[in-house]
Amino acid sequence: MSIASASAPSTTAALALEDLEVVYTVRGVDRVVLRGVSFSIAPGEAYGLVGESGCGKSTTAYAALRYLPRNGKIVSGRVLVAGDDVTSMTTSQLQRFRATEASMVYQDPAQAMNPSVKIGRQLVESFTLLGQSKSDAQTSALEALRRVRIADPVRVMDRYPFQLSGGMQQRVVIAMALACDPKLLVLDEPTTGLDATVEAEVLDLVRVLRKECNAAVLLIAHNLGIIRSLCDRVGVMYAGRIVEEGPSHQVFVDPQHPYTVGLLRSLPRHGVRKTERALATIPGILPLIGSDLPTCVFVDRCPLADDTCRNEVPPVVPVGTDGLHFTRCHHPDRIPELIEALPDIPIGILAPSDANPEVLELTHLSKTFRQRSVNVPALVDVDLQLAEGETLGIVGESGSGKSTLAKTILGIESADDGGTVSLDGNAVAPNTSSRSTDDKRAMQMVFQNPDSALNRSWSVRRILMRSVEKLTGIKGDEANKRVEALAAHLRLTPRHLDLKPRQLSGGLKQRVAIARAFAGDPRIVVCDEPTSALDVSVQAAILNLLADLQAEEKTSYVFITHDMGVVRYLADRIAVMYLGRIQEVGPTDDVFNGPNHPYTEALLSAIPSVDGEPTSRIRLEGEIPSPANPPTGCVFHPRCPRVIAGVCEVTEPPLLEVAPGHAMRCHIPIEKLRRLQAKTE
Amino acid sequence: MSDSEKFVPKPEEIVSTPGADMLVSHTTLTTTTIPPTTQAEIELSGVVQVSERTQARRENWRLILRRPAFIIGVFIVLVWTVCAIFGDRITPHSPLDYRSIPHLSPRASFPFGTDEQGRDVLSRVMAGSRDVIKVAPMGALLGVFLGVIVGMVMGYFGGWLDNVLSRIVEAFLALPVLLVALLAVTTLGSSSGVVIGVVAALFTPVVARTVRAAVLAERDLDYVTSAKLRGESSAFVMFKEILPNVSGPIIVELTVRIGYAVFTVATLSFLGAGPQPPSPDWGAQVSEAFRVISAGIWWTTFFPAAAIASLVIAVNLIADSVQSVLEAS
Amino acid sequence: MGRYLLRRLASAVVTLWLLATIVFLIVNVIPGDVGRRVLGPFALKEDVARFNHQIGTDRPLINQYFTSIRRLFTLDFGDSYQTQAAVSKIIFPALFRSGKLALLAFVITIPISIAAGIFAARRQDKVADRVVVNTGLATSSIPEFVTAAVLMSIFCVHWKLGHVFANPPAGTSVFGQLPYLITPALAMVIAYFGYIARMSRAGVIQGLQSDYARTASMKGLSGGQVMRRHILRNALAPTITVISVQVGYLFGGIIGVEKVFNYAGLGSTMLSAVVSKDVPVLQGAVLLVGIVYMVSTLLADVLIAFLNPRVRLERSR
Repeated sequence: MSIASASAPSTTAALALEDLEVVYTVRGVDRVVLRGVSFSIAPGEAYGLVGESGCGKSTTAYAALRYLPRNGKIVSGRVLVAGDDVTSMTTSQLQRFRATEASMVYQDPAQAMNPSVKIGRQLVESFTLLGQSKSDAQTSALEALRRVRIADPVRVMDRYPFQLSGGMQQRVVIAMALACDPKLLVLDEPTTGLDATVEAEVLDLVRVLRKECNAAVLLIAHNLGIIRSLCDRVGVMYAGRIVEEGPSHQVFVDPQHPYTVGLLRSLPRHGVRKTERALATIPGILPLIGSDLPTCVFVDRCPLADDTCRNEVPPVVPVGTDGLHFTRCHHPDRIPELIEALPDIPIGILAPSDANPEVLELTHLSKTFRQRSVNVPALVDVDLQLAEGETLGIVGESGSGKSTLAKTILGIESADDGGTVSLDGNAVAPNTSSRSTDDKRAMQMVFQNPDSALNRSWSVRRILMRSVEKLTGIKGDEANKRVEALAAHLRLTPRHLDLKPRQLSGGLKQRVAIARAFAGDPRIVVCDEPTSALDVSVQAAILNLLADLQAEEKTSYVFITHDMGVVRYLADRIAVMYLGRIQEVGPTDDVFNGPNHPYTEALLSAIPSVDGEPTSRIRLEGEIPSPANPPTGCVFHPRCPRVIAGVCEVTEPPLLEVAPGHAMRCHIPIEKLRRLQAKTE
Repeated sequence: MSDSEKFVPKPEEIVSTPGADMLVSHTTLTTTTIPPTTQAEIELSGVVQVSERTQARRENWRLILRRPAFIIGVFIVLVWTVCAIFGDRITPHSPLDYRSIPHLSPRASFPFGTDEQGRDVLSRVMAGSRDVIKVAPMGALLGVFLGVIVGMVMGYFGGWLDNVLSRIVEAFLALPVLLVALLAVTTLGSSSGVVIGVVAALFTPVVARTVRAAVLAERDLDYVTSAKLRGESSAFVMFKEILPNVSGPIIVELTVRIGYAVFTVATLSFLGAGPQPPSPDWGAQVSEAFRVISAGIWWTTFFPAAAIASLVIAVNLIADSVQSVLEAS
Repeated sequence: MGRYLLRRLASAVVTLWLLATIVFLIVNVIPGDVGRRVLGPFALKEDVARFNHQIGTDRPLINQYFTSIRRLFTLDFGDSYQTQAAVSKIIFPALFRSGKLALLAFVITIPISIAAGIFAARRQDKVADRVVVNTGLATSSIPEFVTAAVLMSIFCVHWKLGHVFANPPAGTSVFGQLPYLITPALAMVIAYFGYIARMSRAGVIQGLQSDYARTASMKGLSGGQVMRRHILRNALAPTITVISVQVGYLFGGIIGVEKVFNYAGLGSTMLSAVVSKDVPVLQGAVLLVGIVYMVSTLLADVLIAFLNPRVRLERSR
């Protein structure tokens, strides 16, 4: 039952991987992706694999069902499902095996179903393959949809995949996967790309179904919280190897491998704030897939590494006495050193005081798009202020209007008439092109995806130079000096300046993008999910950098994110948006401590926490409505578990201050909310 | 673009196919088979060591030079270019004035035989490359140049301008190219200038369509937004920011268009809208000679026809190699 | 679906109008006096004027423009300069003959090339795949008249399998016409095979790599079942479009083939109209080809909408 394959009682395991090695052939070169992966999952057990991108966790999942891409091959090792060796099966045995023994659910359910065949037919097919007659299969299919809590299975059967929302699609895929009552269910990032509240629902469903059908589960996720909340045991992967394995509560509370320690510490957790300390980072960079790593795979980034680590393959060391927790490390005894080395260094940032002058004010800001002669209000009557040196976090799910808000502030989209964006008390033009250079210079943006944000055919120097010249008017040598100073400030070396973006890692690219935003000493930087495309260990470094810059430059941030941990770390105030409206706004502590608007409450309870804190307070039903056709009254009322019938669907509540600086848009009196939310906690 | 459109699947050129959008031609030609999951893993592995990437790019060029198709293509094009440049200075006999016995079948003294006037077919085939080698690339180049400008404007500005231009492009696509070319050339004369102009005019909408599609994919990227945020002009964004990033498709388009241009020019001259006899132009030679095939005199048709085929295939081999390598990188 | 069709139809009409305008512009951009050009340099001045009046080229351009647009929608393209006969009487029978040739070519090409595409896709990057792809690339890049001439010398002259002149004598039965039409049709098959094969190959490869194909294999379906039940339906949409586009393009290449085989189709008609500068015939023929192209792409879109519910349902919303 472990990475120590010797101890694995493989005959009874639902899934047992024995020293699995997989290579991909890329341009005629074999690249090792899995370097001897062993673990086993008992029947009915849930096992999670975590790791950052490129660690081989998805490859492990596909190898388990022998569905490797054409250029991938298993070089050595075995995969046993319920005792049967998957690696040596003939094609027809493999078909039989997939039809009856194992199933898989993937990321992106929209792609996972045939776009031109109705749900019913696709689902029925799963049952007819098991030998059921057409009519039996029909009945089974309806039953399967009910099982995944689809309220109206008959109607859903008659739909095409694209007519369902993401959450519904994933339910259908799960229903299909469970058709054969599999012994092994593989879930590969099943909720990545879904909204937080929908994700919470799907995860709840998986939790319930797992109990119902007693399948062994292999869950792949990059989100540690999901693994913690769903899995009995967890394997931590790094560069094609499992470096630590154990019961998930043990691994996450008491990690025993330097990588796991680093990974957990780079997450903003336990409500830590930028004013308290910087986030820990893992030095160095993720190894390239298939690069040569002869000994310990983590050696280049490990603070404990010594000559032994560089020369010898680390042994698998048991931790504790239960025989379940293992680490692959030469120095497990020195792990406590790492934990003690926690950087408590405060960044030196101070919470902005009330005395700080206001730099940005939004009044009655609305944005309505016209799509196919229908008005789609994406932003409705937003009023917000931002003080100098302050970070305002904007959170919300897809369609909440947070990106539109960013674009409208910056003038990429022009606000509807009647709304104004004021900078230092003076209204600026609604669109960028008619703003003055000073106004443009004052507001810049950091984008989500640095690959898209940096011109890939320009060198870093050219990218920064152009912004310096355009925004500050400085030219020539002086501009070049400024570029070099800017780069140094962002901890980019002069060597980086003459590279193209594609030659940089994701973290470095994001640094360049941030440097560009700071080229003209902006007053306000709008950050649109600047870390969501990055791995956890890289994210920490970027968040630290943003905090540092703010401390030094007194820049104000509008920080858009869907990650509550990140926003809690960085933001001074938080605004929660739903369907283009601000539902709640207030100081970070107030928003996290409550009482909250019911939607905020749901968002907060939707986060699967890596610390295993109680998360289940309220769950939302249904899907986010289309902004083109918002519900009457309070736009949140159809999904609100605390809805007051006869009131909420009639009038939209105003945004009222419930405490100093803390306002929300709810009909329920604040004291009642306080009671309700205290009770369920 | 009538007949000449059929070499390489170019789905973006196809009118109103919803499904075709997703089917980019990479799928056709690229041989790398990293599946989405692994691709993503590799891409996201975050760290791309400098040396490794540069090596990969160098490897691209090594790969293209190692492709036999590319080498053969370049070799054939070079041979015909040399023939075009030196013309009758390197032919065994004068392509126009030399006379032997008519309709001699191929033999040692006349490897390609002689034609109905006793002229050496080999010399005529060698000299006959001149027109097509000169006219086709010029026409393609001009067409791509204009197409890039139009396509850039369509893709970047979008809106009503794009709508109007798209309609016009679509209408152009419904025109039988060869016919229009024929019409234009017969009325405006068959000088090289006219043929180049006509080929360019007819290729412009097709190129514009390809460029538009490429620009559309770029336009919504954040570096364009960033340029706007610092107040760049549209012209700057189009030609300094976007253009370098769509150079791949443009280069591919140019090589493919040269192939089409050879095809079009050869067909035009076969149909009588090109250099007139006694010019040794290939199309004109075939046009003059094909009627005697039924009498068993095949060589007067076969060799110029084979010359056309070899040049078109060679250009396409180059285009295909360039496309594979550029799209794989 | 209804609204989608209506919109598609409306856009076809707009495109057709633009097409007519372009053709009108091209025709009228030609400098010089039409009557003089047609009647030659020795005709009397009065005759030229009378001719110009008769065909209407002395009227204001705008009037001529409206006439030509009206003609497009009534399919009455005026009279030939050369023979004074109605253009429609000349081009429709020619279109019919070319249509026969084209139909034969497509009946052969479509199944062969789609099958070859699927075959190649399932053996991606293996030798068989390379052979199909490269053969397709090579054959489809050779101009049709070259292929036609080579085929003629081999098939019709050397092996005596077909006729050098493709016009069947009047009254020949449908099957009796086959030996006449088969060789020119083959020249077109060779030209179009590669394009369609490559397209269907690309579509199938994309389907094979898709997530839904993965889901289907994970259900336990065999490779063949996955292909038949799931992939083909999605993969062939681009191929259908390509075929429909080919129908329009075909009338360019057919000119060369018809010239080589001396076949009295639309291509030959257009060619002789070019030689005699018979603008109404040419204009009518070009517009007719445009109409054929629009109709075939329209049909393809309808077929795709039928196969792909997303197009059918989303676009009509």
